[in-house]
Amino acid sequence: MSDEILDEITASDYKYGFTTDIESDTVPPGLNEDVIRLISEKKNEPQWMLDWRLDAYKSWLEMEEPEWPNVTYTKPDFQAVSYYSAPKQKKELDSLDEVDPELLRTFERLGISLDEQKRLSGVAMDVVVDSVSVATTFKKTLAEKGIIFCSMSEAIQEHSELVRKHLGTVVPKRDNFYAALNSAVFTDGSFCYIPKGVRCPMELSTYFRINEANTGQFERTLVIADEGSYVSYLEGCTAPSRDENQLHAAVVELVAMDDAEIKYSTVQNWYPGDAEGKGGVFNFVTKRGICERNAKISWTQVETGSAVTWKYPSCILKGDNSIGEFYSVAVTNKYQQADTGTKMIHLGKNTKSTIISKGISAGKSHNSYRGLVRVGARAENARNFSQCDSLLMGDQCGAHTFPYIEAQHPTAQIEHEATTSKIGEDQIFYCNQRGIGTEEAIALIVNGYCKDVLNQLPMEFAVEAQKLLEVSLEGSVG
Amino acid sequence: MIKINNLQARVEDKEILKGINLEINPGEIHAIMGPNGSGKSTLSSVIAGREDYEVTGGSIDFEGEDLLDLNPEERAHKGIFLSFQYPVEIPGVTVSNFVKTAINESRKGRGEEPMEAREMLAKMREKTALLEMDKSYLSRSLNEGFSGGEKKRNEIFQMAMLEPKLAILDETDSGLDIDALRIVAGGVNKLRTADNAVIVITHYQRLLDYIKPDFVHVLYNGRIVKSGGPELAHELEEKGYDWIKAENA
Repeated sequence: MSDEILDEITASDYKYGFTTDIESDTVPPGLNEDVIRLISEKKNEPQWMLDWRLDAYKSWLEMEEPEWPNVTYTKPDFQAVSYYSAPKQKKELDSLDEVDPELLRTFERLGISLDEQKRLSGVAMDVVVDSVSVATTFKKTLAEKGIIFCSMSEAIQEHSELVRKHLGTVVPKRDNFYAALNSAVFTDGSFCYIPKGVRCPMELSTYFRINEANTGQFERTLVIADEGSYVSYLEGCTAPSRDENQLHAAVVELVAMDDAEIKYSTVQNWYPGDAEGKGGVFNFVTKRGICERNAKISWTQVETGSAVTWKYPSCILKGDNSIGEFYSVAVTNKYQQADTGTKMIHLGKNTKSTIISKGISAGKSHNSYRGLVRVGARAENARNFSQCDSLLMGDQCGAHTFPYIEAQHPTAQIEHEATTSKIGEDQIFYCNQRGIGTEEAIALIVNGYCKDVLNQLPMEFAVEAQKLLEVSLEGSVG
Repeated sequence: MIKINNLQARVEDKEILKGINLEINPGEIHAIMGPNGSGKSTLSSVIAGREDYEVTGGSIDFEGEDLLDLNPEERAHKGIFLSFQYPVEIPGVTVSNFVKTAINESRKGRGEEPMEAREMLAKMREKTALLEMDKSYLSRSLNEGFSGGEKKRNEIFQMAMLEPKLAILDETDSGLDIDALRIVAGGVNKLRTADNAVIVITHYQRLLDYIKPDFVHVLYNGRIVKSGGPELAHELEEKGYDWIKAENA
């Protein structure tokens, strides 16, 4: 069933994706106020948006790129980046024969349909004519419930007041170096609003959003769940995403009002670089959500891509009885580096948070968990449980754990468990003896190890994520 | 079925098997007994293909094929099963998922289609019943938090599911109380056919009261020093291993 839907969606994605005007202009590299004015003008933004951007830019100028993460990389030259490039058509290939066979093999392992393979690798497709495309049906269903799901650009035009009210309330413009940069120059992203008391009837996925292709390297996402509403949002794709942009600095803000619940699931598989670690994506993301009274935010992430990943999806538990959850699998192989974790900020009474982090390091990679649990002075009866497990494969990789705990209320209960393990030869031999080859055995063991996190993903996504783990770790045991 | 000829093996620099000869035909049950450190578990590991052991001489022929050329999973696909003395834990992987993977990987290895879900389920029900296991076993993580007896029963359950041609039970009786021993042995007996064979490795006669061997071999210092019928096991039970040691000193 998934194949059919995918086919239809990708077909319609294609169909609508190219109806936009193809503009030819690109801003020359470099960043200054004029560039920001130009971006805002091109996007026909209201004055407040431009002022907001300029304000962020001024803050950014005074900030320094942080050096505390446990990663090493050559800092990007921000004057060498072009900050606005009109949506341009990717170079099309005539058939899959022209695509890197290695990439095709990976697609196959992931079970991606032929049409989807074509779309992802930029092969021209015949437009499948379908009078009622699935995407349109979804749009209609959402509209009936009053749900807004569109690009950030569209939201700034059509739902200006909502955007203005909430943008930057969770991740302030000057929150950190990359968030400030994103605030100044973001070109697009997703916007989602769920009205009071509405339970979104489907998983909202960027798959279903038309004109998704050119979100660029500075993506901005804002999800607002009004009182008593519920939404499950899926971001990313298990297919390997090749991208010419080396630096990705996205910002995601979630607002869960009283009694609302947001479930945000991510699968990140950006290009990790070649076998020597060259040319991979830097993924420096700020993700944060705020919970009002009785609200709940649950982050689930499966991170397998990028050369350098640096992100901490966090929850501010402002309202009483609110709940924050963070479930993460981070895989690093070859020369990848990941410094990832979460922050749980308990401000309200009876707030609860759960952190389950599973790091897997292979090859010569380094994988760090960094997490903060803070219980504020008024957060009576706050509870946290953290479990941080590391799995090492081979003897040239590293796993690191940096937990920070700050409790300012005597009733706080904070538990932290951590384990480090290796896949044992005896486990592999046991599987071999039962007829299971070594690669499959590792996949089985790793999937078992990540089960608590994978179980949090929506069904279809979980199946894809499992396969992705297998592919990511292929050839990692020698 | 299997013909072991002058098999020699060592681990690191230590020579453990010093020329084993053993032939087993379909339908037979062979018991291998012997004192600690005589090489019993090494023999089972070498047959299963564990890499830590280096075969320095001799051959193992399994249904006309040189077993030593095959890796452990290929041996499993051919129908060799080892019930481990110390089964490992695999957290997060349920018994049913593990067994399903094992069956389907073995089928794939033999060029067969995966087993249908319905058939798999029916078979799991049947075999759990055979071994008097509660169905909840199937959804537990493999061997995680299992008692010694549960682990051994789980080994025999996997054997029942995989239906091997040659099963090697390596000290399956250790850690079993008398009731569990009866159930496990009963399971092994019910799985016996004219086409499969079993090697039972044990210290004690006790298990052989339940699984009746056709032949008993005594392994000492890397060699089979004595072979006979079931009566040999009783003799060992009475006299202990000292007389074997004395004879072969």
